[in-house]
Amino acid sequence: MKKLVLSLLAIVSFTLFSMAQNGYKVGDNIKDFSLQNIDGKKVSLADYKDSKGFIITFTCNHCPYAMAYEDRILALNNKYAKAGYPVIAINPNDAIQYPEDNFEAMQVRAKEKKFNFPYLYDESQNIAKQFGAIKTPHVFIVQKVGDKFVVQYIGAIDDNWEKAADVKEKYAESAIDALLAGKPVATTSTKAIGCGIKWKK
Amino acid sequence: MNYYRQLLFIILCTISTVSFAQTFVPIFDLPQYQNRVLQKNDTLYVVNFWATWCKPCVEELPLFQTATIAYKDKPVKIILVSQDAKSRVFGVEQFLNMRKYTTECFLLSAGNPNIWIEKIEPKWSGTIPATILYKNGENVNFHEGDFADQKALEDFIHSKL
Repeated sequence: MKKLVLSLLAIVSFTLFSMAQNGYKVGDNIKDFSLQNIDGKKVSLADYKDSKGFIITFTCNHCPYAMAYEDRILALNNKYAKAGYPVIAINPNDAIQYPEDNFEAMQVRAKEKKFNFPYLYDESQNIAKQFGAIKTPHVFIVQKVGDKFVVQYIGAIDDNWEKAADVKEKYAESAIDALLAGKPVATTSTKAIGCGIKWKK
Repeated sequence: MNYYRQLLFIILCTISTVSFAQTFVPIFDLPQYQNRVLQKNDTLYVVNFWATWCKPCVEELPLFQTATIAYKDKPVKIILVSQDAKSRVFGVEQFLNMRKYTTECFLLSAGNPNIWIEKIEPKWSGTIPATILYKNGENVNFHEGDFADQKALEDFIHSKL
């Protein structure tokens, strides 16, 4: 009996551990969420009745990498929202350690940059943990399949954060283009340098 | 560009009447990085990836500076690898000089991160800070994230010393 309890405990803690460590992988179904947008309204994936999927981007205000990608995130939304893949940006950073990432600062930044997509505040950091997001920017491309949302790509937007003009591989765009064409995504995950998400202490 | 900056650096050093160590930060590509850290000798290379904009990285730099001095006479070489933009290299030099950091530093500009991160350390997600130990031309230990204190860094170094 004791052995059984111990092994059950081991399984449960291992599952919890691997969930906490890894988050979603390509091919996983994601759980919908409801987070507050900068306009004060809650946003969920279920609100988008006609979309084919989403470009879910963990980002923030303070990080130079995230800032370098703001215009490219706008361009992604301009190009793909109409095709059925809108951008949903989520800021998961702890505002106590990074006041420049607090809700008011998000509103200011979104206005300055004329964000035309939701910029959601993951105050509890639960959604970032659920996804396994670790840095900003960190992109998850999700495809709607029936009533499920399936992860099809995780990683970077492209291969050159310093200079948009020198980009050779547009990873996020290639993934969405493939999905829109009904083809498998060639590169399903990529690595990039980024600002680690600042977790609450 | 590196050549001219090196020349300028030498000239500046020569004409400088005040003698204090100035940190020069060269820009390396991946082969240059590998040449520097993969050496067939008994020195342990402690390679820390950081950037001036990365708060936890900057907060732990004093640990690496202390270690640089503490291991001066031992076969241990501490190296900082900046992940700042190439265009910010002078800012990196200024940053180190202002704080009187003497640890060797270069800026790694190696093209597509999806390729070079994997080549350097497959376990690395790409967040910084991250620290790698090299010995005898091999990657022997890796730590993603910052170190809690001097002892944590020392324990990591001693894991392969």
